[in-house]
Amino acid sequence: MARGHRLPRGDGRAALAYLTPALLVLGGLMAYPIYQLVLISLFDYGQEQVSGGAPLVFLGLGNYTELLADKQFWTVLWQTVGFAATCVVGTLVVGAALAVLATRVRTWARTLLFLAALGAWATPAVAGSTIWLFLFDANFGLVNEVLGSTGFSWTFDRWTAFGLVAAQVVWCSFPFVMVTLYAGIKAIPQEVVEAAALDGASTVRTARSVLLPLLRPLILVVTIQSVIWDFKVFTQIYVMTSGGGIAGRNLVLNVYAYQQAFAASEYGLGATIGVVMTALLLLITIGYLRALRKSGEEL
Amino acid sequence: MRFAVIAAVCSVALAACAPVTSSGPAAQTGDEKTGQLRVWLFDEVNRAPKEEVVKEAVAEFQAAHSGVTVDVQYIQVATRAERFKAAFSDPKSAPDVAEFGNTDLAGYVAAGGFADISKEVSDWADAKDFVPAVLDTAKVEGKVYGLPWYVGVRALYYRTDVFTELGVQPPKTLDEIAPLARRIRAAKPDLLGISAGGKYTFGMLPFVWANGGDLAAVAGAKYAAKIDSAESRKGVAAYTELLADDICPPSQCAANGGDASVEAFRAGKAAMVIGGDFNRKSVDASAAAGKYAVVPLPGTTAGSIAPAFAGGNLLGVMKGTERRTLANQFLQLLGGKQYQRKMFQAMGNLPTFADVQADVAKNDAFEQPFIKTLEAGTRFVPITSTWAKIDAQAVIPTMLQQIAAEGVDVETATKTAAESMNAVFTS
Repeated sequence: MARGHRLPRGDGRAALAYLTPALLVLGGLMAYPIYQLVLISLFDYGQEQVSGGAPLVFLGLGNYTELLADKQFWTVLWQTVGFAATCVVGTLVVGAALAVLATRVRTWARTLLFLAALGAWATPAVAGSTIWLFLFDANFGLVNEVLGSTGFSWTFDRWTAFGLVAAQVVWCSFPFVMVTLYAGIKAIPQEVVEAAALDGASTVRTARSVLLPLLRPLILVVTIQSVIWDFKVFTQIYVMTSGGGIAGRNLVLNVYAYQQAFAASEYGLGATIGVVMTALLLLITIGYLRALRKSGEEL
Repeated sequence: MRFAVIAAVCSVALAACAPVTSSGPAAQTGDEKTGQLRVWLFDEVNRAPKEEVVKEAVAEFQAAHSGVTVDVQYIQVATRAERFKAAFSDPKSAPDVAEFGNTDLAGYVAAGGFADISKEVSDWADAKDFVPAVLDTAKVEGKVYGLPWYVGVRALYYRTDVFTELGVQPPKTLDEIAPLARRIRAAKPDLLGISAGGKYTFGMLPFVWANGGDLAAVAGAKYAAKIDSAESRKGVAAYTELLADDICPPSQCAANGGDASVEAFRAGKAAMVIGGDFNRKSVDASAAAGKYAVVPLPGTTAGSIAPAFAGGNLLGVMKGTERRTLANQFLQLLGGKQYQRKMFQAMGNLPTFADVQADVAKNDAFEQPFIKTLEAGTRFVPITSTWAKIDAQAVIPTMLQQIAAEGVDVETATKTAAESMNAVFTS
């Protein structure tokens, strides 16, 4: 970002002209839907209203007060935060570790690793979740067969169910982190590492003081991406715990929104949950960016 | 300053706009006697026999009405909600005639989707033969919105080989089920005593109804939850007693709905299950084939039958249709006695006419327990659009699972469920 010195007026106009197409696309694809989302969240907007069978009622913040007063919403919210945090950490650790591994092994091993990772990445979420369910099936699953625990239901207990789903989420999202970080490591000029070595830096010191700072922008991107993805997990929970687990104990925010609002045709309430989620994600992202900036990173 | 302008613009925009709404299906614009009649029917696992019968009906209809073609589309049950919502919002993409589940009726009517056909039905001579309780499932506030096409009721399937081996008899009362199931599982630990399910609302309801309870009752202009009444609690307790390690372990059964419950019986892993007449073909093609029999689910006293849920599908006329007369004529052909009989032969769908039912039962011993259950009186879920919401929010399954798997007591769980239901009823 060029800060601290102003651009000449003519340049500003030219810049605006160049940016206009992008702004139009962004406006159409993001601003308008968000505007509609906020708007709908202020109404009692159900199927009756959509198809014209009943009049629209303006509720103001009614949907919001109803949602925030719902005890289950708070339980689900904290559950979602914990679940997403676990998944983000898991994804980053696995992705980063395998990225480093990929730079250290022979070509054939790397190719194999990449093929496996791309396979996981390319698997559609519904198919992936279903395959994992087969593997962990109580009576016929391969995992129980190998462990000799036939009959043990992985999806019954709250924590094994969450653990299983988190493992699946990590499995299908680590390849993005791995590929991105691998590319980042490869792009670091060899001279820099050599210079550090000539100065007598240890491997750990090189990693911490040379590689990590250079990779920082990439780590930033993959972290924010992961936070957003894992906070919005729907398919894995919906498929693997059949819609939120026993008595809803494995619900996360997106599935909760679907069950309470969209399946029940309460679009107004659903939009409210959507607005709250968007606001939360923005807050998390801004907070993360600020924390980074404080630690001296210019973005 | 700039912020103030933006804020002002935004608030004006907010005040001026409202979310998109459709003008709704206009109540019929005309009544054309020719052209294409569009029909939506549900797709089935084994659709070919159904399609045969429908083709026959279409050919007969087209022969009787020159200049009329009938276009039949088969839609997926799983995505029906989206399809119907879309059809209600955009009448141009809507059919003239549609098959739909009777539990969806109240929601569809509130959405303004289906036409009131009370007059056409009362003018139709055959309509007097409809089983009254079944015709009631096609009514909202006394008006008829569909023809009952077939009914689905549930009864108790049990394994004859297991019962003979252990020298036990099918249960005579509801209260006998739990001890009997426990005894079977004790003797045969790899069998579920009875395959129950934490999401199997229609399997649980007979227990509540037989004990004199109900989901909800009309109170003034609206429904009020009754699931926390003493009678209902007795039924809920009796059903959740089955979801225990010595009958049907929660880790295996708590997540099961009706299909999964029957699946355990099909796999030969359960000694009993509450199943529907519509499960017959799949059970006959399973490990339990030839080794099972069916009795009505008993009530609280010996010889009585627990009231069953009257499930089933209706045929309705869409409100926006431009061919109302033709649509009703097609309805009365495909939903009439002749084609209900054919549908029974093809698909095993139980007819909705009392005389056709009696006829069918005479020739088929399998159907008798189901017909007896129907004759003993059936019940239904609250007929209100709010029920669809309670259903979507999984209030009843959550209640059952809380009791079976979370250790919540019946009193607390039913009270929570009643509160959730009342919140929706009064919204």
